[in-house]
Amino acid sequence: MNLKDLSLIDLAKAIKERKISSYDATKYYIEKCKENAHLNAILEIYDDALENAKIMDEKIANGFEGKLAGVPVVIKDNILYKGKIASCSSKFLENYVAQYNADVVTKMLDAGAVIIGRANMDEFAMGSSTENSAFGITKNALDESRVPGGSSGGSACAVAAGMCPVALGTDTGGSIRQPSSYNGVVGIKPTYGRVSRYGVVAFASSIEQVGPITKNVKDNAYMLEVLSGGSEHDETSLKMDSCNFLLQIKGDIKGLKVGVLKEIEDAVKGLEVEKAYNDAKEFLANNGAQIIETSIPDFKLALPCYYIIAPAEATSNLGRFDGVKYSKRSQNAKDVDEIYIKSRSEGFGKEVKRRIMLGNFVLSSGYFDAYYNKAKKLQQKLKNEAKTVFEKCDVFILPTTTGEAFKIGEKMGDPVSMYKEDLFTILTNILGTPSISIPFGKGKNGLPLGLQIIADNLNEGVIYNVADFIEQNLREV
Amino acid sequence: MQDFDIVIGLEVHSELKTNSKVFCSCANKFGQAPNTNCCPVCVGLPGALPVLNKKAVELVIKAGLTMDCEINDLAVFERKNYFYPDLAKAYQISQLVRPICIGGHIDLKDKSVRLNRIHLEEDAGKLVHGTQAIGTLIDYNRGGVPLMELVTEPDISSAEEAVEFLTNLRQKLIYAGVAECKMEQGGMRCDVNVSVKPKGSDKLGQRTEMKNLNSFKSVFRAINYEANRQMEVLRNGGKIIQETRKWDDNHGKSISMRKKETSSDYRYFPDPDLLAVEIPREDVETIKKSLPLMPDQLKSIYMNEYGLSEYESDILTKDKELSDYFNEVVEHFNNPKEVTNWILTEVLNRIKDEESAEIKISPCDLAKLLKLVEDKKVTRTNAKEMLTRIWENDENISSLEKEYGGRVDGEELKSIVEKIIANNSKAVEDYHTSDTPEKVFRWFTGQVMKETKGKANAQKAEEYIKELLK
Repeated sequence: MNLKDLSLIDLAKAIKERKISSYDATKYYIEKCKENAHLNAILEIYDDALENAKIMDEKIANGFEGKLAGVPVVIKDNILYKGKIASCSSKFLENYVAQYNADVVTKMLDAGAVIIGRANMDEFAMGSSTENSAFGITKNALDESRVPGGSSGGSACAVAAGMCPVALGTDTGGSIRQPSSYNGVVGIKPTYGRVSRYGVVAFASSIEQVGPITKNVKDNAYMLEVLSGGSEHDETSLKMDSCNFLLQIKGDIKGLKVGVLKEIEDAVKGLEVEKAYNDAKEFLANNGAQIIETSIPDFKLALPCYYIIAPAEATSNLGRFDGVKYSKRSQNAKDVDEIYIKSRSEGFGKEVKRRIMLGNFVLSSGYFDAYYNKAKKLQQKLKNEAKTVFEKCDVFILPTTTGEAFKIGEKMGDPVSMYKEDLFTILTNILGTPSISIPFGKGKNGLPLGLQIIADNLNEGVIYNVADFIEQNLREV
Repeated sequence: MQDFDIVIGLEVHSELKTNSKVFCSCANKFGQAPNTNCCPVCVGLPGALPVLNKKAVELVIKAGLTMDCEINDLAVFERKNYFYPDLAKAYQISQLVRPICIGGHIDLKDKSVRLNRIHLEEDAGKLVHGTQAIGTLIDYNRGGVPLMELVTEPDISSAEEAVEFLTNLRQKLIYAGVAECKMEQGGMRCDVNVSVKPKGSDKLGQRTEMKNLNSFKSVFRAINYEANRQMEVLRNGGKIIQETRKWDDNHGKSISMRKKETSSDYRYFPDPDLLAVEIPREDVETIKKSLPLMPDQLKSIYMNEYGLSEYESDILTKDKELSDYFNEVVEHFNNPKEVTNWILTEVLNRIKDEESAEIKISPCDLAKLLKLVEDKKVTRTNAKEMLTRIWENDENISSLEKEYGGRVDGEELKSIVEKIIANNSKAVEDYHTSDTPEKVFRWFTGQVMKETKGKANAQKAEEYIKELLK
């Protein structure tokens, strides 16, 4: 059986029908991980993966059924899998062993998944290129001189290079969608609260979500069904069961109201992505969708809003890493204060330190109202503006990035230009709404560009329908 | 010499009486082996998330209702960020902008002390300072235990009032079932803010703070020491600096700990992991209805309906276990005055002698015993003996009743007295000649009791002895 072109859904079906064993599938993907070691997408292949695949084969033989029965999966390095290292690609947590399973891991294991390894990322999910990993740069699956995007760069690269049929990422400001776009794969940031955050090392708690990265849209819908559902461990998870998103893929977008933002028309002018974005509008219009001009006037303020809220939460979330209970202790410390200071100085990378300082600044007394409170007010204003959009439109579209993947090292010296990488993706983290990135068009070097489809909260089904329609019909254009 | 007024404000932390901790399902229990009562949430492991224990919110509402607080319809949890080894996450989940309770008051004998707020937060772990070789160890068992923090307005003006306030507060919390306030286990801890100002002035002086006092006695001593220290400084032309001082109970003095200027900035912000808590009016009403009677309410029932004295009522309501006990006995034996007599003497004396708080006779048995006395089925003397046997050996009241029951009285008693007098002519003679005839008289009553196994009607026996010895 040719596993290379098999989708996640087809692989799950083949294993279920015992046309291929979980063991053989797992072995195949582990081989692919090893073959692609030079991309540095996978930090560790778990040594018990094949063993677990064997166990799954027995279970399947005994009638076990699960959506992921025997299917190999890769997780991002900030998701806890009991007994395995979860380093967040930080030197500080290099040897940190998870003491319990994240809810998403439990859900996948319950569905029968075989978790084969953990993927590289920007340290603590802070970054847009995976260049902030303490364990080396991951390369773009399609052009090794370029970044894979970030922070879920390892996950996106692994899927694009065929090292796994699906990988989990986390998205705080675009960290699933931007690397998906750069590697030509499909990634969704679900509605905030759709997926439990329990067991995911927190960066910016109020805006981040776990989501799947897959080769195609239907796989993505299939996987999100496994991950979704409220959890008693996470108050912010929505108290509702998962749902079958595939049922909402209808193969038709006639009459669909697609919003385009006035602000974007200006923002894309002269950008590499301009043509692809305009092509997307045309494609949708040609296929029966109704294009509606609308507006989120404060669109551009989402970025500064994010760079206040996210560091503020991050600085608080990362306070626990002190080199005492867990996280690596400095060998050069002579007393308690030095344990704290030196462990942190040595353990955290540059970008993490930058955001910790930023966060402390915006929360400090005297600045709190001017920054954090203002950002929260702005967040509410953006939500209100988005509400008016969704009163008129079923979805709206945005480019995922300004252009194709940039060169390794190109933006490392310029944090602001790196932050602007998230210009188009950050909005939906601030809004909480779901947003997918699918490949749409090519850049000047023939590398993929991405299109985001955004719907109101809990309308992932609508998103998947549009995304799938584009995926199925675009090739024929 | 210049006279001063003392101004005191209190911040009181009480551990709430819940089954589990405030943000995880670990038991809320004291005294377990270090670090055995924790989970990913209360030791702040990466990825762990807090989930609010609604019971803790209910208890804080309960506390607030006993003190006439206003209950916020929306309460918000915030992160108080600071770095200390006993604080697992490097932030404490607490409340700043929207606490559960606002305002309220506690009435003392001579004044009403206004409250600023009551909020809910999590306790930190505990540092255990070992020998130099061992160093300091951390025990996270206490981490995540629910704490209510009550903050008063600066309405207290003496150490005596502060202790009266705390006694009253403690009583309320115990009565409402909100907290056990076991001071020796750190179940109630008090921060004291003290300042002094020229007598009659309405301008507050600079205050200092002493943290974590864990006995009323320390609070009393610390306030007096600190107030005197401040007055001394001012009289000598000095200035009070805003600072946190540590109370050293062993040496009876406070020592400067840190100046406020360099204190931490807590960088509070709403905890993104927790939802704001909506508190509907109906819920508050339901909780209000579920509140048990408070000590002052009980006191007024005891005095006005039961006819007890203020002194008696005070003793009975000082301790919830005791008033619960009293109420239950009265439920079965409706003579509050008699029940009070027995409890204040027989029961409390035994407790005092044993230095234990346990009443070793059930309310039901005590009621039965009093009924037996009332029905004259056993004598008062025998009843006391029965009480002792129940208390000490946990004996069965019905079998004791058989043993002691049946009172010797009337003609039967008279003939026994006659017989004893007839058989003891020497003693009869002694009675008439002795300088201390009452001693001989007591010997005769003793003989009667011995003969009747204590079942004689003592009063009647004395009458007969007197009559027959004439």
